[in-house]
Amino acid sequence: MSGMLKNALGWIDDRFPLSKVWNEHLAEYYAPKNFNWMYYFGSLAMLVLVNQIITGIFLTINYKPDAKLAFDSVEYIMRDVEWGWLIRYMHSTGASAFFIVVYLHMFRGLVYGSFRKPRELVWIFGMIIYVALMAEAFMGYLLPWGQMSYWGAQVIVSLFGAIPYVGEDLALWLRGDYVISDATLNRFFAFHVIAIPLVLVILVFMHIVALHAVGSNNPEGIEIKKYKDKNGVPLDGIPFHPYYSVKDLVGVAVFLFVFALIIFYMPEMGGYFLEHANFVPADPLKTPEHIAPVWYFTPFYAVLRAVPDKFLGVVAMAGAIIVLFLLPWLDRGVNKSIRYRGPVFKTAIVAFVISFVGLGYFGMQPVTPVGTFFSRFFSVIYFAFFLLMPFYSNIGQDKYVPERVGEK
Amino acid sequence: MKQLILCVFLLLSSPAFAASGHELESATIDLGNKASLQRGAKYFVNYCLSCHSAKQLRYSRMAEDLDISPELVELNLMFTGEKIFDGMTISMRPKDAEKWFGVNPPDLSLIARSRGPDWLYTYLKSFYVDESRPFGVNNSLFPEVGMPHVLADLQGLQRAVYKEVETEDGSVRKVIDKLEISEPGRMTEREYDQAMNDLVNFMTYMGEPAKMERQKLGWKVLLFILVMIGVFYLLKKDYWKDIH
Repeated sequence: MSGMLKNALGWIDDRFPLSKVWNEHLAEYYAPKNFNWMYYFGSLAMLVLVNQIITGIFLTINYKPDAKLAFDSVEYIMRDVEWGWLIRYMHSTGASAFFIVVYLHMFRGLVYGSFRKPRELVWIFGMIIYVALMAEAFMGYLLPWGQMSYWGAQVIVSLFGAIPYVGEDLALWLRGDYVISDATLNRFFAFHVIAIPLVLVILVFMHIVALHAVGSNNPEGIEIKKYKDKNGVPLDGIPFHPYYSVKDLVGVAVFLFVFALIIFYMPEMGGYFLEHANFVPADPLKTPEHIAPVWYFTPFYAVLRAVPDKFLGVVAMAGAIIVLFLLPWLDRGVNKSIRYRGPVFKTAIVAFVISFVGLGYFGMQPVTPVGTFFSRFFSVIYFAFFLLMPFYSNIGQDKYVPERVGEK
Repeated sequence: MKQLILCVFLLLSSPAFAASGHELESATIDLGNKASLQRGAKYFVNYCLSCHSAKQLRYSRMAEDLDISPELVELNLMFTGEKIFDGMTISMRPKDAEKWFGVNPPDLSLIARSRGPDWLYTYLKSFYVDESRPFGVNNSLFPEVGMPHVLADLQGLQRAVYKEVETEDGSVRKVIDKLEISEPGRMTEREYDQAMNDLVNFMTYMGEPAKMERQKLGWKVLLFILVMIGVFYLLKKDYWKDIH
């Protein structure tokens, strides 16, 4: 039997580099042996992507991208389609889970310096994935055609109208109409189910190819490729498969536990994952009293509202995302990992996390003077964190940094 | 710094943290209580379903989920010649409704998901006599509401008791302190509360019939995953025993 399998594999390998790809990316891809729990989120992001694609296909089978039918078709899925409610909740919870996982994945990169030379492109591809993910989530949120779907899209698309000269035409072009309408729903559907997922899959592929070319970083910030044995295997590296494939299974199972807990017992997550107002069908004549984007957009929405001028607000919001792209060139610290960096950098990270979460909170609330004050305060910290990084990132770093994992 | 402290103080006392205006009474939601759901269904079809539709809920689904035989549903809960597999629709045309009530009564299929059970429960208990309104009643939770008090027959009529409060600019304003029964209906206050709780319980079911199913299935899935975590953890430990 094994002889036959070997022959079959040989036959394939002569025609397609199956063993080569398997070895390069799994069985002989050497990852540092000191990954901690924060390294689960990369594989989890892939798991959620697969979840979104598979549940998405099943949703598409019964969903109707038509302003007259969309809302009811979602309810049809929730009530009449076999297991439709489960598939829908897996998809809607998956959307939020995707952002939770990706935010933690990015945070891990931030604290351990995984974006630093030579991994700049890994970070850039990752950032493009993040932006594509935001577009994907935004367009997907219109599809249930509830009040928040409709008015959220109305607000966000109108932001493009703030761009001088071309803005109004651009917004019109995006909507395909003067307001969000059936035309918008149809094109968002097209983008949500084919265009952006395709881009996402290609980008994830590039993200991983780039990562496997340069090798993984680790919590110590050690370059394991510096010390290799006579076969060229990094001394501190272990093959991804089976070590990390097996370890990631534990992460997957723990993730699935939390994921299932939400799906079965709190799919609305108190109105954060599925907003209450979205259970009312879209009504172009009735503006809800309070329009808030879904939680994963609110930090940037808060930045937008913090700026009094609409156009400058849009610029600030875009800037808040663009500045993330520049991270590899803003950080001038000699050491990569937070474990060996100075108190100034550590404090800056804490301030950044507080401001990001704070912005997220105030982005959900109706505008109040206090909220505006804090949104401005946190926005300043947010930008200062990045823009001042070249000046503070190297202050007071540890002199001694280990060369090998486990070295004292 | 002073400004910051002031802001933190203001933040903690800001309306974002306080319940907005009207306090909500909490309804007891128990989808396992079939008797309550059945009573709720009775109130719903008798009092709500002539003006409000619930088109997403099929009579047949309700019969199945609430353990009512389809014959009984057809006999006691369906009045306008629909088929058992139909959704709960109404025959009032939206145009007429707008003429008669000022607004088209919304479909209630998902109202418990958009408003929440507590809001509905409080709303149903907040009608009071107000001669200035077209139907002679107003609602303290939903001021100027277009809906008449269709449940007055059960609850009776309530009168508002006002109190005076001082507003920020120093003027005195009259606000509703509480509502008191002025004309008793067929039910006592407790009976009415129970009836409304049943009704809201039913409407919660109506908003998401799958909720019964998912809560029954959920713990089994979680238990399975828990075992999976254990197995994977042991597997990992075994694979990793040589790695230091």
